[in-house]
Amino acid sequence: MTQGEPMIRLDELTKRYPGQEAPAVDAVDLDIPEGEIVILVGPSGCGKTTTLEMINRLIEPTSGRIFLQGEDVTHVDADQLRRRMGYVIQQIGLFPHQTIAQNIATVPRMLDWDSTRISNRVDELLDLVGLDPERYRDRFPKEMSGGQRQRVGVARAMAADPPVMLMDEPFGATDPITRERLQNEFLHIQEDIRKTIVFVTHDIDEAIKMGDRIAILQEGSRIAQYDTPENILSDPADEFVEQFLGSGIVLKRLNLTRITDIDVAVAEWPTVAVDTDVDAARRALREADQSHLLLLDGDRRPQRWIGMRDLEHHRELSSAGTAVEATIDQRATLNDALQEMLVSANGVAVVVDRSGAYTGTVDLDTVTAAIREMRTAAVQRDRAQVHSERDPA
Amino acid sequence: MSVADYLARRWDTVLELTIEHLIAVALAIGIATVLGVLLAVLVYRSDRSVALSLVSINVLFTVPALAFFSILVILVGLGWTSAITVLAIYALLPIVRNTITGLREVDPAIVRAATGMGMSRWARLFRVELPLAYPVIMSGIRVSTVLIVGIATIGAYVAGPGLGAELFGGLAALGTARAPAQITVGTGAVVLVALLLDAVLALITRVTTPRGLR
Repeated sequence: MTQGEPMIRLDELTKRYPGQEAPAVDAVDLDIPEGEIVILVGPSGCGKTTTLEMINRLIEPTSGRIFLQGEDVTHVDADQLRRRMGYVIQQIGLFPHQTIAQNIATVPRMLDWDSTRISNRVDELLDLVGLDPERYRDRFPKEMSGGQRQRVGVARAMAADPPVMLMDEPFGATDPITRERLQNEFLHIQEDIRKTIVFVTHDIDEAIKMGDRIAILQEGSRIAQYDTPENILSDPADEFVEQFLGSGIVLKRLNLTRITDIDVAVAEWPTVAVDTDVDAARRALREADQSHLLLLDGDRRPQRWIGMRDLEHHRELSSAGTAVEATIDQRATLNDALQEMLVSANGVAVVVDRSGAYTGTVDLDTVTAAIREMRTAAVQRDRAQVHSERDPA
Repeated sequence: MSVADYLARRWDTVLELTIEHLIAVALAIGIATVLGVLLAVLVYRSDRSVALSLVSINVLFTVPALAFFSILVILVGLGWTSAITVLAIYALLPIVRNTITGLREVDPAIVRAATGMGMSRWARLFRVELPLAYPVIMSGIRVSTVLIVGIATIGAYVAGPGLGAELFGGLAALGTARAPAQITVGTGAVVLVALLLDAVLALITRVTTPRGLR
């Protein structure tokens, strides 16, 4: 896994409620590596929130131990412990009687920061979550939209720069469009801050999108599988995981893989430059194994699809054929590529680099080859694991 | 004798009694607020203690005012102490009830967020729960105030302060020419005190409630 000590380690962590036969959380062992987003996902009632709330001891464990940065924090002062962990919940829980700035300053104030440091930090955080400090710092929560409040909730949790953030369905109460935006913004912020994040959700798609690692939990918070989204999707550990992932598993994988990630070479398509004369273009098309040529402009940007019949009627290539309607970026996902090729006339998606220059095309064969590749990789990894378990070096 | 004539002759006494009345009510409300909020804070977390304390105060509330004043006279004698004690006890019920309601109605998500950020129990109470319950507590105080302005008139029966003296004086003089005027003036002054205090409290509530809660 990672070198050295994980940021958070749960050791046989258990929660039993009096009068209940089965434990709500049953001896969970979990290592949460530093700087990663670890998702706890599972059906409702599986104990994922209970597990999360035992990490900051909002719920006291019945047995087992919690380690933070190698230190056993199972019995330290709970309030002190919580100030070292940001906490975001679905209902946000902003204090309605305090301004946005006061809300964000909650933990720094408890830590006795001086007022200049606090107000600088508040402005910095508002900037970070995309809210103009001048405009929003003195507003009250009720004067903000749901999405804005959620951003403030995240800023408040990050206020004292805790190494760890605990997030319980943080984007669950927002509409799909806002949720998607908040997710993207948060991933963007995380690229810079590299916090260790434990994130609870019941939504497998959110888990796949947000997680560096996903723990799929069964009843009693038993871990059915704990791995990267890629590995879980290509190699579900058991029937429960498969069922939980649902039927669109291949599509989910496509959403996870970028064109730049796949080993399969992006197919070359016969191209012509815009200044080629028509006869040369005709020759090129006759020799090509496709029915159309792709016309590129002086900067190698894809312009038009040109077929044999188009060449009969036109003297200038720049007006022949049909326009290339849409292109996709190299960093787009295979899912985007698939959508593009389904609407494209030639059944391919044209891939361009950042400057818009042509780099290749992706067709259905490329996508299926990529899927095959992922499967093979998963199988090989499994074999390697079996080997290493059989004869430890 | 007309009300105007009566006032012209006795305005200084009426004013003095009115001020006494105000002071007595204010003192009783002050005491009841301190005790009431304290009691509510002690019990609001446990369903059983809440039920127990509300039932006890309700029972006290059913005791007739006159009986209460009489009992207090036996215990502490005639005068201000008896009157203000009784008034404070009557003022207790709305204040305790509203404070408990206000504290218990704080959105659990807000309390959870506060706890999750490492706020101690007391910090949570003083910086989150009490400020959020404040408007509800204030409305309890207003109800109590209007209530005991009326009850305070009975205080004159135990030689307590206030406008009750005017009413008892009027009753004692029934049949004379000044009795109707005296009773009218006493009643009017009590109503004015109630309206005045209610308006003042409404204003205070308005000014002191955080903008985010308005």
